[in-house]
Amino acid sequence: MRLSAFVLIGGAVAAPAAAGTVTITIPRLSVAEYHRPYVAVWLDPVGGGAPRTLALWYDVKKVGNEPGTKWLSELRAWWRKGGRGLAMPADGISGATRAPGRYSIPLPATLKPGNYVLNVEAARETGGRELVSIPLVVPVRAAAQGAGKTELGAIALSPR
Amino acid sequence: MTPLVARLIAAAALVSVPAALSAHRRWMLPSRTVFSDTSSWVTVDAAVSNDLFFFDHQPLRLDGVKVWQPDGSEGVLQNGATGRYRSVFDVRLDKPGTWKIGTQMNAVMGSFKVDGVEKRLGRRGPPQPGAPAPLTVADIPANATDVKLAETSTRNEIFVTAGAPTTTVFRPTGKGLEFAPVTHPDELVAGETATFRFLVDGKPAPGLKVTIIPGGKRYRNDEGARELSTGADGVLSVTWPAAGMYWLNATLTDAKATTPRATERRMSYVTTLEVLTP
Repeated sequence: MRLSAFVLIGGAVAAPAAAGTVTITIPRLSVAEYHRPYVAVWLDPVGGGAPRTLALWYDVKKVGNEPGTKWLSELRAWWRKGGRGLAMPADGISGATRAPGRYSIPLPATLKPGNYVLNVEAARETGGRELVSIPLVVPVRAAAQGAGKTELGAIALSPR
Repeated sequence: MTPLVARLIAAAALVSVPAALSAHRRWMLPSRTVFSDTSSWVTVDAAVSNDLFFFDHQPLRLDGVKVWQPDGSEGVLQNGATGRYRSVFDVRLDKPGTWKIGTQMNAVMGSFKVDGVEKRLGRRGPPQPGAPAPLTVADIPANATDVKLAETSTRNEIFVTAGAPTTTVFRPTGKGLEFAPVTHPDELVAGETATFRFLVDGKPAPGLKVTIIPGGKRYRNDEGARELSTGADGVLSVTWPAAGMYWLNATLTDAKATTPRATERRMSYVTTLEVLTP
């Protein structure tokens, strides 16, 4: 029942034509102690203005003495640029950490056209932190690529 | 006493007021300055030493350390302990915003002469067991001559933020040397420039001497100290070369002492700043 309610909300947001899609790759790492990374995806308008968080994956299940939110400030660039103003959980934006793989995030249709910088930041427990920034023009007409070296894999931008 | 030693002592007495404090640096080092929410505590090391931020000399006494909550009211210091080389204490950050932790010490230093024998006020170095109590202004007899006094005031403050930063704790009192940062001290990034304003008695302090030293002295060869000064508007611009903890010390000496018979006022402001990677 709850699950289908979430799907409905997700569907309502995605229904109008998305301004583009961001595909993020979380690499598979062979380390002794692996924890799924905290990841933040946000857009910085180039001329200035409030950054907009598109996705935030963190340990939503941990509550109590050391809640999952305790480590959100490890996503240092996101935290400083506006992440700390977001109340958790943030509807349509925050969710659980994800396993290695590729994930698509639609750009919201309500995005004002213009120049932005797409930022993807990942921080992993007993691992490193990485920030990948890609310039982005809304509406997205051409595909673009970026890649992290350690904590993030390929980041792709596509028009639909 | 050899003639040379006698001459040296006479020369020392000619210096306006003896600078009795040791050259060691006092500092507080928080475990971190940026916290996500109100589920955390900050733990602070406090010591006096030369190399930053290494404990090898004296602990900072915790008697005068105060905590200010983000709304400006006093907070609580817990689990304080003083060891051989450092003191440590915890503060529970149970309210969102920027907290201030610090000390303010005021003293009168100087010397006077009774029957030609010079006596010093205050105490040099750490308290020694069995030593007589240091002299204070109240101990200066009516027949003292050559009374030379200087007022000293030292503020040592650190700032930590839980959640979104606030600025209430920076509100100046208008007395002495104070820090009125333009760039929030918990938002410092390597490679970026921070702007800090200093005030003396509530007014911008131009030409203030500021020393900034990065921590980790043992793992490099040079001291790495930078000597900067504030502009005419009391503002200092600092660009951080790398992430890490930095010690900042601003000092100013003027003649506006309020203690009777004091001719000098020596003020200093110390803080520890955390700079993060971009």
